[in-house]
Amino acid sequence: MSAQSSWKRWRLVLPALLWTVAFFIVPLGFMVVMSLWHRIGGKIVATWNFENYIEFFTKPHLVKALLNSLEIGLTVTVISIFLAYPLAWIIAYRVPERWQRTALLLAILPFWTSYVVRSYAWLLVLAKQGIVNSFLLDIGIIAEPLAIASSRYATIIGFVHFFVMLLTLTIYANLRQLSPNYARAAADLGAGPLRTFWHIILPLTLPGVMVGGFLTFVLCVGDYITPKILGGSNELVLPQVIMLQIGRRADFPNAAAMSIILMLVVTAAYVLCARWLKMERS
Amino acid sequence: MHGVRRHVVNTLSAFYAVLIYGFIFLPVGVLVLFSFQDSRLPIMPFKGPTLKWYEAVLSDSRLTDSMINSFIVAMGSSVVAVLLGFLAAFGLARYVLPARGLQRALLTAPLTVSYLIIGLGLLIMFNAMGVPRSLWTIGIGHVVINTPLCFAIIYSQFGDHQVNIERAAHDLGASEWQTLWLVTAPMMMPSILASFFLALTFSWDEFIISFLLSRFDVTLPVEIWGLLRSGLNPKTNAAGSMVFLISIVLLVLAELLVFRRFNGRVNRK
Repeated sequence: MSAQSSWKRWRLVLPALLWTVAFFIVPLGFMVVMSLWHRIGGKIVATWNFENYIEFFTKPHLVKALLNSLEIGLTVTVISIFLAYPLAWIIAYRVPERWQRTALLLAILPFWTSYVVRSYAWLLVLAKQGIVNSFLLDIGIIAEPLAIASSRYATIIGFVHFFVMLLTLTIYANLRQLSPNYARAAADLGAGPLRTFWHIILPLTLPGVMVGGFLTFVLCVGDYITPKILGGSNELVLPQVIMLQIGRRADFPNAAAMSIILMLVVTAAYVLCARWLKMERS
Repeated sequence: MHGVRRHVVNTLSAFYAVLIYGFIFLPVGVLVLFSFQDSRLPIMPFKGPTLKWYEAVLSDSRLTDSMINSFIVAMGSSVVAVLLGFLAAFGLARYVLPARGLQRALLTAPLTVSYLIIGLGLLIMFNAMGVPRSLWTIGIGHVVINTPLCFAIIYSQFGDHQVNIERAAHDLGASEWQTLWLVTAPMMMPSILASFFLALTFSWDEFIISFLLSRFDVTLPVEIWGLLRSGLNPKTNAAGSMVFLISIVLLVLAELLVFRRFNGRVNRK
């Protein structure tokens, strides 16, 4: 390989690599450095120590925010998988072939609204004077409006809504990739539909479900808007705490340290389910 | 017996599907319905319909300006992201490069990091270098999040069957760039367009990076975020419905332009 041809090969990949290094890797480097500094008396001082990290784990309200993030992330992931799987199954096996694409597109249509708009829309539904409360009051199930908005439940509902759509899409894709021969073979060998599903279809789609579940967890834990709009400020999650550091106090060192903790949490989640997460070129 | 069971399964399936579809469409339905509300609050009972909130949105120059900003940023950043992604995908799919795995990992790494962290990192860097926040900085952030996506989509569609056609073009005297633009790019058009429209909608809807990296000129989601401070308001409903409508138009365009037209070609592979 001559030097010239090697350059010829590189020059196609180079722009994207340079962009990623300049605007993704280098900023992360800046953030790591910033997390080792300190904001003292309104100025950011290069102190070079791990105090921000130590401080994080000694302050109960910050640890609580991390735990809230993890709890909400896990709850949302589990609920979303259980709600999405049957829907994906119905679309893949009960909807006639030529309507499947339409059924799927419909199932993920509201996916294409921004987080801000979608969360606001849920606020309309869950607020004190919202649809759910006025309906329940009208039919007399409750006497006082429920305080769903500004609680963890609203955050979870908003998230589950988004991720049911995402997971329906990924699980459907998985079900469709399965050759029908597996199910036929199982039926020939005398398995009923339930046993076929439990022993054949479910295990074969599990890797795809894991990928979807991992994505759900990661996006959930890193999101600021849904908890901010729907959850309010009674129970903060980690991204809310990070944004508070930036917005109210301009404490970039602290915000940077917390962001890196958030990244480490995601990395840990990745390592935990890495063996199911094989995203290869097909 | 068998027929009865099938009937039960079908009924249950239909019931479940209606429930979940209802859940999925409930917020959007409420959002759009109450954008036509003829009173000051978007709550029951519904009075109307009226278009006055849409008028209010369209005559609010801050909202329309931010809409134009969003459009500029989305267009610009998507073009750059698709270009970078396509070239990288071609380079990695066609040439044996050292450390391929590492390059692929690096290119897709931003997908695994939350937008908040990407935005914060850029903010800290731009602050340190004295770069003022503007539409340009938002655009840079959107290219960072969309390039991996475009790369992954286009790369996954590069198969070996196109190699022969590229070789033929080469044998007939086409230069590398001619082959790339006149042969490979048209062959890859479905995935190029698909990733372009996806990048467009992602940038159009993106909030946190735009929020962190903007100052005076903001994008539409950031402006709507500002509207939320006034609580429930039919004007916000109207603005939100319009954002949603534009995303849907982009999707329908993608569906018509990419999937319908190229469906035969994609399936034949």
